[in-house]
Amino acid sequence: MRGFLLNRLSQSLVLLVIVSIIGFGILNLLPGGPLAQFGLDPGMTQQDIERLKGLLGLDRPIWIQYLDWAWRLVRGDWGHSFRDGAPVLEVIGSHLFATLLLMGSSTAIAISIGAWIGIRGATRRYSLFDYLATVGAMVALSVPTFWFGLVGIYVFSLKLGWLPAGNMSEIGDASILGYLHHLILPSIVLSLVHVAIWSRYMRTATLDAISQDFVKTARAKGLSERRILMKHVVGNALLPMITLAGMQLPSVLTGALVTETVFTWPGMGRLFLDSLGYSDYPVVMGLLMFSAILVLLGNLIADIVVAIVDPRIRLA
Amino acid sequence: MVASIQAVAPHDVALSVRDLTVNLPQGMERTHAVKDISFDLKRGQILCIIGESGSGKSVTANAIMGLLPKVIRLSSGVIQLEGMNIIGMSPDKLRNLRGRVVSMIFQDPLSALNPLMTVGAQIDEVMAAHGFGTPQICRNRAIELLTEVGLPDPELMYHQYPFRLSGGQRQRVMIAMALALEPTVLIADEPTTALDVTTQAQILQLIRDIQRRKGMSVMFITHDFGVVAEIADSVVVMEKGNVVEQGSAEQVLKSPKHPYTQRLIAAVPHLTGEDRPRPEAASKEPILKVEGLVKTYRGGSALFGAQRVVTAVNEVSFELAPGRTLGVVGESGSGKSSLGRLLIKLLDSDGGGILFEGCDIAKLSEAKFRPLRPRIQMIFQDPFASLNPRSTVGHIMTVGPVAHGMPYAQARDEARALLAHVGLDAGAFGRYPHEFSGGQRQRIGIARALMFKPKLLIADEAVSALDVSIQAQILQLLDQIQRETGVSMVFITHDLRVASQICDEIAVMQKGRIVERGPPSQIFLNPQAAYTRQLVAAIPGERPGNARPVAANA
Repeated sequence: MRGFLLNRLSQSLVLLVIVSIIGFGILNLLPGGPLAQFGLDPGMTQQDIERLKGLLGLDRPIWIQYLDWAWRLVRGDWGHSFRDGAPVLEVIGSHLFATLLLMGSSTAIAISIGAWIGIRGATRRYSLFDYLATVGAMVALSVPTFWFGLVGIYVFSLKLGWLPAGNMSEIGDASILGYLHHLILPSIVLSLVHVAIWSRYMRTATLDAISQDFVKTARAKGLSERRILMKHVVGNALLPMITLAGMQLPSVLTGALVTETVFTWPGMGRLFLDSLGYSDYPVVMGLLMFSAILVLLGNLIADIVVAIVDPRIRLA
Repeated sequence: MVASIQAVAPHDVALSVRDLTVNLPQGMERTHAVKDISFDLKRGQILCIIGESGSGKSVTANAIMGLLPKVIRLSSGVIQLEGMNIIGMSPDKLRNLRGRVVSMIFQDPLSALNPLMTVGAQIDEVMAAHGFGTPQICRNRAIELLTEVGLPDPELMYHQYPFRLSGGQRQRVMIAMALALEPTVLIADEPTTALDVTTQAQILQLIRDIQRRKGMSVMFITHDFGVVAEIADSVVVMEKGNVVEQGSAEQVLKSPKHPYTQRLIAAVPHLTGEDRPRPEAASKEPILKVEGLVKTYRGGSALFGAQRVVTAVNEVSFELAPGRTLGVVGESGSGKSSLGRLLIKLLDSDGGGILFEGCDIAKLSEAKFRPLRPRIQMIFQDPFASLNPRSTVGHIMTVGPVAHGMPYAQARDEARALLAHVGLDAGAFGRYPHEFSGGQRQRIGIARALMFKPKLLIADEAVSALDVSIQAQILQLLDQIQRETGVSMVFITHDLRVASQICDEIAVMQKGRIVERGPPSQIFLNPQAAYTRQLVAAIPGERPGNARPVAANA
């Protein structure tokens, strides 16, 4: 087990270095570069731009820029935003809570409801419920999220007036109830597609588990259907889902571009979009590294959880 | 239990089946899985139900357990268990009987246990489901059971997960679980088919011992007449959903009446101590000479943690003369399949030499070996998995030779001729593998290998997945092909009876080494190594001095 962990950890670190090199390379080799926006500014002369380049260290060879950037990253200095000079980590931190709230709640909804639909669909295969769930999942997967968002706003905000159309809270109102009120619509809209994905995966995993020989053994032992389902089927069906949940973790923290834009939700997705628009390279690179770390962390956590749950891996 | 149900069977019958008919869903090969079958399982006896795949024997067992899939319906008949008719019983009542009055063990012990639960928890569960007692009582009983089925260190075994146990040990756990509530009837569905021959002998012994000790009634499903000869008191023979013959074991084995039974018994491969006649013009130069061949597998990580090194093939040496067949026999994990893969260079060896027609192919690079590939061909075990389901038989057969430079028209004509030669009609050329039965597919596999006019055929368990009657036909085909083409063969099998049918010489492998090598007369009648003696003694139905009822060596 210890060897397994060390192994995975070292693999993750190597991957992280590779991702950082590729990310840094692509971003800096793109035509334009960090100072492109100043080229349009009639007040800036070529000399000003050269001076700015020297100040920001952009005139050095790219690999030195990378090493410098990476070394500061390791020490916790992720650079400063071009926009307002705030430290990148602080910028990320200020958007993290909003995203965590939205993605956490929608993921919780998606996993619990999706798993329930999947298990029920598998145990009642080809029933009316199963067909409806299948059709529903197809619809949720094929209709773009922003459309659900717009319809939701139209019906529940404009026509019925039950829910706010956007933002995370009213100005000056920091009550929990206020947050929750704003959270309902975007988190449900966001969870729709994930419910669909989860229910499909869960249905397949459950069907796989049901067809296993040990389920037949359990029946032959005279166990109740309920116990067979809970103890023998679901346990084994959840194993592959842990990996899926691990892959879900990064998106929980990096946010949803479309939904956050539709609902003007001040989360990480919108931060990324805005930073790209402003050519705010330090923030963009910071977000890239942040999500890379999360992807690797999510997979690592999933592997560890699988190892804890599955004795074949834990004790091997 | 329920007074209104009349017991029709006399008191000494534990289970009686009358006119049982089970329908199959529409669009299947037959309309009935079983039709009008009747038999009795007498108290304290072992009843063997024997038949080939698709005969309906497993459906019968599942019907008795009330475990038929929903799409398969019982249409008529009576199943009397302890005087109760279980057909039409409510699911709850049936569930109450399962595990308590009738239990079942299955074919594949590797998949029949839940991998996420300890052995102990799985045994406790069956007792808990029937309200046996407190967890402490269940636990004590479970350990008692683990002791009873002969597992080492039962206290420790109780806390083990199934993956730590060997196949034989897992089957013992299954038996312990089935015995937990001392059921009247034990149904065993091919419980030894997936096990090695020595393990099979131990499990058969265990089932017989427990059955005698407890006076239990056992319904034992098998396809192997050797197993029947070992343990059966009475026998039911099934063919295509019908009972064609039943009677005492002695009666059915020694004087089978129905032609199907006669055919089945005749097809069972028996140990022959006779060597095959040597071809007259045998040249002295061996076609294949293997010297000190070594293959090791490395598992785990070299950097972190412990690395496991398994020597699968250890200093193996042998020679094979042209036109002869060498049998490689051994149990699972003995390295026989690795050896086969090394010979055809699907695996790279770690040491030693393979001299094929005097040229050492072990050290050749893939590119240099490629022109030699057509000369060495392989026949695989699983006739279902070894043919690409999306390719026509014609494509499967011609793609190799065409890649090696044969014009397509010629390849097509040769493929058609070969298909006819292995006993398929020429129309098979344009059809897909799923349109053929297992035996037919194995014929295609053989024809495919022959397309290259090989000098050496490696057959890895080539008949193991087939029913005995088909098995006999395929063995005959291989023998005929060898006589016609003079091809040499390495025949890898776990079944000593099969090896004795077709091999000129047999190498017995254990833990990567050849422990004994010699002609069948030596291996089977006068084995030298202790392990060989153990293997031969474990063959079901072949006890020394046991006069064969039917002299059937087709």
